[in-house]
Amino acid sequence: MRARGATRRTAITGLTMRGLVGTLVLLPAVTACGSDDADLTVYSGRGESLVGPIIEQFEEESGLSVDVRYGNTAEMAAQILDEGSNTPADVFLAQDAGALGEVSSTGAFAPLPADLLDQVDPAYRSADGDWVGLSGRSRVVVYNTDRLTEDELPETVAEFTDPGWEGRIGWAPSNASFQAFVTAMRVLEGEDATRAWLEAMRDNGTQVYENNIAIVDAVANGEVDAGLVNHYYLYPKLEEQPDLPAANKFYGGGDVGALVNVAGAGILAESDATDAATRFVEFLLSDTGQTYFATETSEFPLADGVAQPEGMPELASLTPPSIDLAQLEDLSGTLDLLQETGVL
Amino acid sequence: MYAPRRQSTRQTTRQTTRRLSRPLSRWPGRAPARGLLTAAAVAVAALAVLPAVYLVIRAAEGGQATAWDVLGHARTYEVLLNTAGLTAAVTVGAIAVGAPLAWLTVRTDVPARGLLTVLLALPLALPSYVAAYAYVSLLGPRGLVQGWLEPLGVDRLPSIYGFWGAWAVLTVISYPYVFLTVRAALRRMDPSAEEASRTLGQSAAGTFRRVLVPALRPALAAGGLLVALYTLSDFGAVSMLRFDAFTRVIYVRYGLIDRSAAAVLALLLVVLAVAVLIAEMRTRRAAAAHTHAGARYVRTVPLGRWRWPACAGAVAVFVLGAVLPVAVMVLWLVRGIRAGYAFGGLGELVLNSMQAAGWGTAVAVVAAWPVAILTARHTTALTRVLEPATWIGYALPGVVVALGLVSFGARHAPALYQTMATLVVAYVVMFLPLAVGPIATSVRQVNPAWEHASRTLGHGPRETFRRVVLPLSRPGVTTAAALVFLTVMKELPATLMLAPTGFSTLATQVWSATTDNFYGRAAAPALTLVLLASLPAAALALRDEIRPGRSGTAAGDRATGLRRSVRGTR
Repeated sequence: MRARGATRRTAITGLTMRGLVGTLVLLPAVTACGSDDADLTVYSGRGESLVGPIIEQFEEESGLSVDVRYGNTAEMAAQILDEGSNTPADVFLAQDAGALGEVSSTGAFAPLPADLLDQVDPAYRSADGDWVGLSGRSRVVVYNTDRLTEDELPETVAEFTDPGWEGRIGWAPSNASFQAFVTAMRVLEGEDATRAWLEAMRDNGTQVYENNIAIVDAVANGEVDAGLVNHYYLYPKLEEQPDLPAANKFYGGGDVGALVNVAGAGILAESDATDAATRFVEFLLSDTGQTYFATETSEFPLADGVAQPEGMPELASLTPPSIDLAQLEDLSGTLDLLQETGVL
Repeated sequence: MYAPRRQSTRQTTRQTTRRLSRPLSRWPGRAPARGLLTAAAVAVAALAVLPAVYLVIRAAEGGQATAWDVLGHARTYEVLLNTAGLTAAVTVGAIAVGAPLAWLTVRTDVPARGLLTVLLALPLALPSYVAAYAYVSLLGPRGLVQGWLEPLGVDRLPSIYGFWGAWAVLTVISYPYVFLTVRAALRRMDPSAEEASRTLGQSAAGTFRRVLVPALRPALAAGGLLVALYTLSDFGAVSMLRFDAFTRVIYVRYGLIDRSAAAVLALLLVVLAVAVLIAEMRTRRAAAAHTHAGARYVRTVPLGRWRWPACAGAVAVFVLGAVLPVAVMVLWLVRGIRAGYAFGGLGELVLNSMQAAGWGTAVAVVAAWPVAILTARHTTALTRVLEPATWIGYALPGVVVALGLVSFGARHAPALYQTMATLVVAYVVMFLPLAVGPIATSVRQVNPAWEHASRTLGHGPRETFRRVVLPLSRPGVTTAAALVFLTVMKELPATLMLAPTGFSTLATQVWSATTDNFYGRAAAPALTLVLLASLPAAALALRDEIRPGRSGTAAGDRATGLRRSVRGTR
């Protein structure tokens, strides 16, 4: 009995040790694959499934090799700031104008060539000329088509404070796009009006979600009837489950609910591959790049003369509120307001 | 292997003990050896406090205004209470679930004991973000379960969001920390105290309360500590279940790139963690006198007609902690396959995950040794500071540790930045305590007299370590390696920020697919991750099961028997 137990133990331990030793011997061989020798290093605050294919296409067409690091936009902006002058990044792709503005404000971006900037409406690029929008993302209301028709939704998001909507709406106060929307409301309608709206929404039992995806899920399964989200979250869901009872309502008439934010790019001032970086941003603004965003990520192309995505309104027809995206920088003011009203 | 040598060594030890006229020093190394050890331990601890240093720098950058702004906000204290409450509740919950299950699988005749032991360890393999997402899609107000109940007229389940949802999910995935530590303690325990208690007329309940529970206190405290700090640093579950704990609020601040305010909040989290650590150390010290280690096997408690109900209860815990979340992932997988996703590239992800976890584990285990030996053998003012220092990285949310190392790495070690080396350092900083704990426990069980014997017989300190301490501590090393390995596999924020650019692991792939909204694509890497992480989890349970309680050949048993005899001669 004793001997058997001991043998089994020794066998197991031996196996573990052999496994460990095996791993250790194997490792250095594999480690060699991490490389600094790519022509371009991109920090992408947008996911691999969203931008990976277009980056591969750039590699094929340009003959340049690209290393991509994926992460969350805000965390990556913090990472770039923490890396300071030693940042390995040549290009920062972000999905929020606020994060681009934050990096820009520390002077970490280099100015972009004028011919590149000029392809995009001034509303969707940096006034300082150091970052440029690549694709547009509109705020919308996603609603459950079993419960509602588009006509039953109010004409402005301000009216969701009506008692008739009590407990039926979802929002995501910790989400960067939602916060940009609240910042826009503060800029357009003032601090007091925004505070009053937030409090009324809160008191009307608006349901809090972690992010836009969770809201779309909640709307689709009827947990809430409608939610405040960005427009493109719905389409991949519909691709996974075509019979999902959910649709987007685009707002207009300058309503803050129609705010169009951008995903964009900036080139790091410390980059030693500025030429390759510039070619990369040019490629993303070319017909190929813009058509990719329109068809594959369901976003609005921003460069002049590129076709709009199918099944969605024209960006030009949207009449979003007229606001300088640089004005959306004051996120900490928004955070304070969200905390004071107990929304966040 | 050891058997033939045992008798002679024991005799030698006795002779040695008699020969030594001065009191036994607890570590037989000479001053230089100990100095080297101390230096190594201090170096490891210094690495471990780097993230905290970073936080102080960032917080100072914001100036006093930011600090007072954060500290003066009533909401900060609300979040502090939230976090403390959740931590306490999850710890109590995990002990309430884990400890009885440990007793059930060690001391009773519950059916399928061995199998249950392995199954009950498996929830360790689930990342909290996966478990929480699975529960939300299952039990959300309009989740899958509600769909099944719809025909019965249930059109909305009570909300699982908030405190109780976060509590339940964290409890069912973290109880194995208590389960495994208490099991190990029960198997080491000397039954004679319990038998004496019964002989002296105590009832079974009285014996349980007066003998068993006090003797298990160190194990309960150690398991509870792991659970408490896991809860403090968890982001996945509290964010999915919408509970405002510190990690979620810190994350929101980083979302606004308000790094100074985030740093102040994170420092408050450090204070909370230190409070938990002090409480645990107190418990351990108070209970030190109660620890026993037995050489004999304990009579199995017959459960009678409760055998099957008890087994069913244990299975229910396993179902909640592992089966349900995995079932939801399988559902995503089916959806993904229907949507026609390809599942290529898994092989490379597996290799990368194994590589990162393998390196992290190897280095963490080596780095843990000096700290483990010092804390096990020398309780000095220095070790009282060293031990909690090594815990700080474990208690902080991953994104905070990662940003700290980004800052130091990019500025002071640019050549190593974003290589496997920085990533491994991050893993060591975050998970060092998972390695120190089991190794220190094993070292405590090695009788110093054996080392004295080795020294007397002419071996140097290094040789003694290699031939006596290391082999006898092997169970601790195996436990440490398994725990670190499975935890590194699940790690996300540091891997995203510090891995070599372009290096994807299973965890980053799951994250990537879910942030982009493709849950169907997340399923395959998520299931693979859980499967791979469940191997070390099962090994933890199995190793414990195989170590014979009856035979007395286990290292701990031999060493303890010897220690008692040595004490007797003093």
